[in-house]
Amino acid sequence: MNLESPRAVDGTAPDVFRVGGVTPMRAFTDKEIVDFAIVGSGAGGATLAAKLSEAGFSVVVFDAGPFWRPLEEFASDELAQHKLYWTDERVTAGADPIVMGANNSGRGVGGSTVHFAMISLRLRRETFKCRTRLGYGVDWPVSWEEIEPYYTEAERALHVAGPVNYPWPSKRTPYPYREHELNASGQLLGRAAEKMGIKWCATPLATVSAPRGKSPPCVYRGFCVVGCATNAKQSALVVWIPRALKAGAEIRDMAMVTRVEVGRDGLCTGVTYRREGVERFQRARNVVVAGYSVETPRLLLNSACPQFPQGLANGSGLVGKYLTIHSSPGVWATFEDEVRMWKGPPNMAVSEHWNYTDEGKGFFGGYSFMSQGPLPVTWAQTMAGQPGVWGQTLRDRMLNYNHMAGLGPVGETESQLCNGVELMDEVDQYGLRIPKITFSYSDNDKALMRHGVNYLSQMLEVAGGRDVFSTPDTSHLMGTCRMGADSASSVVDKDGRSWDIPNLWVCDGSLFPTSGGVNPSLTIQALACRIGGRIEAMAKRGELSAQAREVVVWA
Amino acid sequence: MKRPYPTYDVLARWESPSFNDATREVLAERLERTPERRFFTEAEWDRLEAIVARLIPQPDREPPIPITPWIDHQLQEDRTEGYRYDDLPRQAEAWRRGLAGIEAQAQRRLGKAFVDLTPDDQDLVLRCVELGEVERDDWGGMSAQRFFSALLVHTVATLYYAHPAAWSEIGFGGPAGPRGYVRMGVGERDPWEAPQEATS
Repeated sequence: MNLESPRAVDGTAPDVFRVGGVTPMRAFTDKEIVDFAIVGSGAGGATLAAKLSEAGFSVVVFDAGPFWRPLEEFASDELAQHKLYWTDERVTAGADPIVMGANNSGRGVGGSTVHFAMISLRLRRETFKCRTRLGYGVDWPVSWEEIEPYYTEAERALHVAGPVNYPWPSKRTPYPYREHELNASGQLLGRAAEKMGIKWCATPLATVSAPRGKSPPCVYRGFCVVGCATNAKQSALVVWIPRALKAGAEIRDMAMVTRVEVGRDGLCTGVTYRREGVERFQRARNVVVAGYSVETPRLLLNSACPQFPQGLANGSGLVGKYLTIHSSPGVWATFEDEVRMWKGPPNMAVSEHWNYTDEGKGFFGGYSFMSQGPLPVTWAQTMAGQPGVWGQTLRDRMLNYNHMAGLGPVGETESQLCNGVELMDEVDQYGLRIPKITFSYSDNDKALMRHGVNYLSQMLEVAGGRDVFSTPDTSHLMGTCRMGADSASSVVDKDGRSWDIPNLWVCDGSLFPTSGGVNPSLTIQALACRIGGRIEAMAKRGELSAQAREVVVWA
Repeated sequence: MKRPYPTYDVLARWESPSFNDATREVLAERLERTPERRFFTEAEWDRLEAIVARLIPQPDREPPIPITPWIDHQLQEDRTEGYRYDDLPRQAEAWRRGLAGIEAQAQRRLGKAFVDLTPDDQDLVLRCVELGEVERDDWGGMSAQRFFSALLVHTVATLYYAHPAAWSEIGFGGPAGPRGYVRMGVGERDPWEAPQEATS
């Protein structure tokens, strides 16, 4: 199987649920003007593609990577599965440079949901009004009331397995599927939480606890973050992409979009892309950029043209700015009993205690935290990342693997203007300028992390752990094309629509004005569902055309 | 070094439902098709072999788990981790400069080639590199500390613990598809996992 040849061709696409299977796919020619060209097929792009094609729009989705066949191609092996990550040249800089690649970047149809840890949490209601209600950050343009129904829609689509009674108010109804039985790491989190008198529960996970269509229940292989080989995981590749295909969308794999093109009237005309070494142009009435927090601003900046010399959608100068992440230092301890933390999904128990406690913390923002379960290569990298841990010391410490357990926060970081993505002069294999990603923690971020490490260290000791230590880490990317209430302080409006170019949209994690204290994937999918619904409604009212843009009154 | 699971062998389950074809295929390559030298010069290769022997000593293994060949392979194929720090050049250049920098440090500090040093002296040189106690000119402006932690130790640790023999050593279950696990609680294990460790 040649990974470099496209598979979604000649009117068929891979059927991810059957070995060697194919499924019919509508195929557009470059000359046809499609309603939407969507760049990127992850949590944002795939979800929106399903929604828009189901609403009757013609849609072509582009992804730079392969259309995977999980049943045949996903090995139980960390090294071999490296193929799932975005590994084109990128530079990471700042006082606290972010580890990219496996940590937060996907390449291939389904994007990074193919290797995400399946944690499906809602942001806290107050996060959407964090400036007004909690005194920090910036309010989101979307209200809780506006997004809540779409959280429900996304949870149903993913058949999220979670508790009947979620302990925090963002989720008041039972999850679609029953919660998973806990692994040892999850049990230890629960044991500590009970003793310390804080609430906890089984993590709501997007891997099914009972059959769903052609997805079998999770068998707890534990290789979730290097790709699920059974399709129990409800990634965009097995949830939204099949829906989009069925509704008439075309998926173009191995197709790297190099420019969004703009006509003389200042509107997008389509996208230029490379597939099988040939440069082509797809005409489109609307372009959606959904390449996540690095590739989305990079494409907009690389698409600079005479009308928009600073890049597209960049009238505010904020494309690439306000990158946020989650701080996620690992806190580890040795236990007398064997834990074997690598069994089952890596993060099976959660507490949002410090995401909902506002008083007496000494910092703004919050963090949820989960039990951890790194596979051996990841664990070795974590250990070897500590000063002096090499040689016989490394081999000796690794022998403790089966007795280790860990907890990790998903810690909010401040939206700072100094953190972001810019273009370097150096170019990649397509001749495109490569991105430089700059990140530094703020004092508040550091205070939050210190609190997290201290508290989680206490928890591990209460659970019976000894020799507690912590290791630095980050997770997720958010921001860089923030949505907002006005064109001066944001890149797009609350529907993901560019303030400058009315037929250009953004739909992915780069929309986030703040990071919030939980994993972003469910929120990205909820936003995509909402944007899909909004576009459908606007089209019905004739507000989608460029001319209508100026007269629309935004609620 | 006391082996906690002396009799356990992940590969004993090769034909069991814990392995599938996709996994067998990639592991067979790792076990049987060790790459030849293509990227490094012979001198670089020998130096890297000596460095690797200090970063992951394998006195208990004959033959040792191969690491240098896979680093060479990764560089020849230009397989990256997906990012580079702004104080490092592109990876191929970083490895060449790093190996030259370590050699320069050995010559400067102990007046001998790295490969001719005693293991203790080799460790001394590597510790200097880890701490950044080097002559900047020897490193062409690149951060020695960053090279040591982000590329050298990171990659060597990755390759050792990606080998099934290392999984057996630490009691990792290894491949788990399609079978997975049933008994997941504290102190629990399935019959197809590593046995309870040997008690001292």
